[in-house]
Amino acid sequence: MMAISVDSPADSEKLRRSQGYTFPILSDAQEDVIRRWDLVHLHGRRDGADISRPAEFLIDPSGKVRWVNLTEDFVVRARPEEALAAFDAMNKSSPSGQ
Amino acid sequence: MKRNWNWAVWTGASLVFLGVISYPLFFVRFPALRDFPWANLPMIALGLVLLALGLVRAFRRSDLFRGKTFGSVLAVLALAFSGFFLYGIFIGARHVLPASHGAPQVGQTAPDFTLPDSQNHPVSLTGALNSPFTLESTTRAATSAVKAAGVILIFYRGYW
Repeated sequence: MMAISVDSPADSEKLRRSQGYTFPILSDAQEDVIRRWDLVHLHGRRDGADISRPAEFLIDPSGKVRWVNLTEDFVVRARPEEALAAFDAMNKSSPSGQ
Repeated sequence: MKRNWNWAVWTGASLVFLGVISYPLFFVRFPALRDFPWANLPMIALGLVLLALGLVRAFRRSDLFRGKTFGSVLAVLALAFSGFFLYGIFIGARHVLPASHGAPQVGQTAPDFTLPDSQNHPVSLTGALNSPFTLESTTRAATSAVKAAGVILIFYRGYW
């Protein structure tokens, strides 16, 4: 699991420490990846800066997208169960560990 | 003659206020109550009912109860406040986010990238997909290294 936002590595580190996360939190301060993946939320931040929209992807070992969650509703996000279910479904169709 | 304090008006208005403000401040932390404001709607509804009852008796029995003026002002404020909330949750929240038609879709290959992690070490998607991770098994004494079975990638808004 990896997370991406426009936050600086220092801010991400603060979040990681405060929440005790063990997965990598990546910093896309220039929005390069967020733009390439068409996930920019123009002026999404309160101060008008561009940020990433909430989005979740499951990528299989070959690099193919197996599950996407692009919420249309600002207050509704993917729950851990949904991602895990997508993971299980992927492993059923192509046995895991490969 | 001293008229009674119209508690229903004040309690109703307070409940509406609390019902709205507790969503961003508290209930948003619980996914089920965030996706749909199950906790907030009853509070707001009960508040509006109390407010209406208080207002009715302020006008019908103005000899006994206070609150004609204040009750009306509070009722307008409460209606505006709850209308603002309902609009925001049920209409506004669905028109905020971009459509992201160009985002990678199921079946497509995810564009690779390399970004610094929170300790400034570069991390790439292909690297993460190909790096073995250690699987610790309680049934086996030895730990076995297997290739990642996939990566869950979470884009989030940041600035928390």
